[in-house]
Amino acid sequence: MSTQTEVSARGITWLRALTAQDGVIQGAPATVRVAEAALGDEPASFIAVVPDPHNRFPRARNGEVGLEEGWTLARQVRKIIAAGKDGVRRPIIALVDVSSQAYGRREELLGVHLACAAAADAYASARLAGHPVIALLVGKAMSGAFLAHGYQANRLLALDSPEVMVHAMGKQAAARVTRRSVADLEKLGERIAPMAYDIRAYAKLGLLHQLIEGVDADAPGAADVQRVREALLAAIADTRAGPSDLSSRLSSPAAHATRAASIEVRRRLAEQWDVA
Amino acid sequence: MSAVAAVRNHRQFLGRTSFIEMGARERARSILDEGSFRELLGPFDRLKSPWLPLQGIVAQADDGVVLARGTLDGKPALVAAIESIYQGGSMGEVSGAKIAGALELALRDCEQGKPVLPVLLLETGGVRLQEANLGLAVIAEIHAAIVALRRHVPVIGVISGMVGCFGGMSLAAALCSRLILTRQARLGMNGPEVIEQEAGIAELDASDRALVWSLIGGEQRHAVGLVDDLLEDDAVAIAASVRAAFAQGLPRQERSAQVELYLERLAAIDPQQPLDGPALRAIWHGAAQS
Repeated sequence: MSTQTEVSARGITWLRALTAQDGVIQGAPATVRVAEAALGDEPASFIAVVPDPHNRFPRARNGEVGLEEGWTLARQVRKIIAAGKDGVRRPIIALVDVSSQAYGRREELLGVHLACAAAADAYASARLAGHPVIALLVGKAMSGAFLAHGYQANRLLALDSPEVMVHAMGKQAAARVTRRSVADLEKLGERIAPMAYDIRAYAKLGLLHQLIEGVDADAPGAADVQRVREALLAAIADTRAGPSDLSSRLSSPAAHATRAASIEVRRRLAEQWDVA
Repeated sequence: MSAVAAVRNHRQFLGRTSFIEMGARERARSILDEGSFRELLGPFDRLKSPWLPLQGIVAQADDGVVLARGTLDGKPALVAAIESIYQGGSMGEVSGAKIAGALELALRDCEQGKPVLPVLLLETGGVRLQEANLGLAVIAEIHAAIVALRRHVPVIGVISGMVGCFGGMSLAAALCSRLILTRQARLGMNGPEVIEQEAGIAELDASDRALVWSLIGGEQRHAVGLVDDLLEDDAVAIAASVRAAFAQGLPRQERSAQVELYLERLAAIDPQQPLDGPALRAIWHGAAQS
């Protein structure tokens, strides 16, 4: 049984810090928060998934992305796309602090895979429609929850903090599945970058646009917030200057080092695609 | 059933070619028009996982994904087939990049006015944990490619069993324009064992096969409209179903974009009340899409 029941306040902390709002949506679960606020000289939408001990689906009370979270994210992002159809494509900032997808029998039966896909679809569609979509990792970015909320962004930014982590599976579960001890798993992570959990190791993979250093992630002050705003603005400008796909994740020097195989596969595939 | 019909059905059964028993390469070949199969990045290209040998695991020369170009009823097609026997069909950096890269090239061709019909044969537990974050990253790239490609041509997914389709790749399946499952297939986000570990055996007893299939098996998924076609384990029928799926063209609305329908469906569910497969069928009446 999972022992990871600590609830993180990072999502709501950063939503408040960047928008001065709580982002509660009328008629939607309290776990999905959306707030509009100025970023530079234009309005931007900020979206967070937050814990709610009273959530009506019990398996999504600790910051997980569950059924209603996935579909609500999809609805909210699609609303932003619809609003921008004939005008400026407003930036969308996904504040990421998601502990996992919701694990449960009911969740599987009701199609939590589709709910998470719906959110990923909406974010990808926003990106393709020309909205700069930026994911700001302020806490955990775990597995299917991150795929649903954040991983379709044009650019990935992260706070340099020990609690910010990216992984495919929680440490305990990953240790059980691969028949290793947690200590062994941690040791492997030191040697093999993609196996690590911490954000500094993740930064070596070349997927991050920027690791934002020297910011108090739990109690950000005015200077911290300013620094993050500047990073967001730079990422938005960079996004607007480039294509709407995810190719920037393969172009950094770190990607050329660590994701060399990903690049090589694509190069050789293009050579073989059409008959010579 | 008349005696004659029974004999005919029996002959049909005996004459059926199992899709499940085929390897990925044969599956891809059996989907495409006869004689049109051309493999890309095959075993002789030796694009292997750079990460498995570092952990004392032998890397296979195709990293468990077979890519093939060919035709479907004469039209250019792409089949990406995951080999479920190798590392549980898990997505590593190379195997995932093969799928993402092929879909990206199909997209490029579509954008240039040369449609390519994409078929994904999804037998996978999701991320390969030995390549963890690179597996997760490439799955996001596969999602991105499907969403972009789907605007031009339907993307067809097939889950035949016996592994099924789980983890981040279950989202890839859900993003497909149309999904074809056999009765032996399962489609779910979290594998039963993972749910049992994370939420306890009271939540789900992973060894109870009948229970697992009643929640996430092909027949249940079809009955509640989460997949489009349900088939027997028959290679000929699967190849025909793939062609029929393309013949229907783009769906009026992709399933993963049916936001209001599914939010309504969820609003009608009381999480305090027990719910099983048959009960959900009664509530959702198998309302299929378009």
